[in-house]
Amino acid sequence: MYKNVIGKKSKKVKNMVERGMVKRFAESIGDSHPIFIDEEYGRQSRYKKNIAPPTFPRVFDYGEINELYLPNVGLIHGEQTYHYERPLLVGETIYCFTEVADYYEKKASLGLLGFIVLKRYGEDAEGNTIFTEDQSIIITETIRKELSK
Amino acid sequence: MNRLIDMKIGEVLNEISLEPVSRIDLIKYAGASGDFNPIHTIDKEATKAGLPGIIAHGMWTMGNLSKLFTPYLEEGFIQDYKIRFADMVFLDDVITLKAVLDEVHENYLDFDVMAVKANGKVAIKGNVRFKIYQ
Repeated sequence: MYKNVIGKKSKKVKNMVERGMVKRFAESIGDSHPIFIDEEYGRQSRYKKNIAPPTFPRVFDYGEINELYLPNVGLIHGEQTYHYERPLLVGETIYCFTEVADYYEKKASLGLLGFIVLKRYGEDAEGNTIFTEDQSIIITETIRKELSK
Repeated sequence: MNRLIDMKIGEVLNEISLEPVSRIDLIKYAGASGDFNPIHTIDKEATKAGLPGIIAHGMWTMGNLSKLFTPYLEEGFIQDYKIRFADMVFLDDVITLKAVLDEVHENYLDFDVMAVKANGKVAIKGNVRFKIYQ
């Protein structure tokens, strides 16, 4: 049912790796290491700046894919992957967008499940990819039937 | 401090056991991440969705697990981080974070990582490829 949206993308959205957000995020996962939050420590580090934890891209805005409708309940987050060219630096600007990478259906004990794979990208101002992310979402049979009505 | 490149295959990073999961942990993560799906914070919404109670954001657990590698970020960085969400995490669950070195390559180390509940069930598991600076 989502086959027709494979390959659809959002428009790029400008995001900042904002110092306050990085601090709050690091605290929320119990990882308040000075490499993330202490300015002087960051300056002395090999990065010359503070960096962000690897799952920080959760906070970015990736824009909307107009053709994609996902219900806000009944979805199961199945898998998540990140790939980095380098860590994100506090203070830098990242341009983010998302794409429907795949959709397939699989028989399971819970019925026929739908799997939608969203790929997300983070680029610098020159268009170099800094990170990519794959999020695999499981759509249960109940929700799938609801949607096809 | 120890270096990751001195580790041998099969050796583990120091485990971390988290405090029992509390509602405020999840409210803080919701605020910090922007994921306000109410099944993570509001009992009524969780039961309406067919759950026995609120569940932790999978990404909260995944975020916690990566901190095993934070002390080594001068030596390299997490190049690839792949996780499968296997079992739900509820309030008061006690989560232990683990990583074991699986493969050694010239420029990177591959770890098996997991977050395990007190009952022994795996909440999330996957792999970390830690790229070493040359």
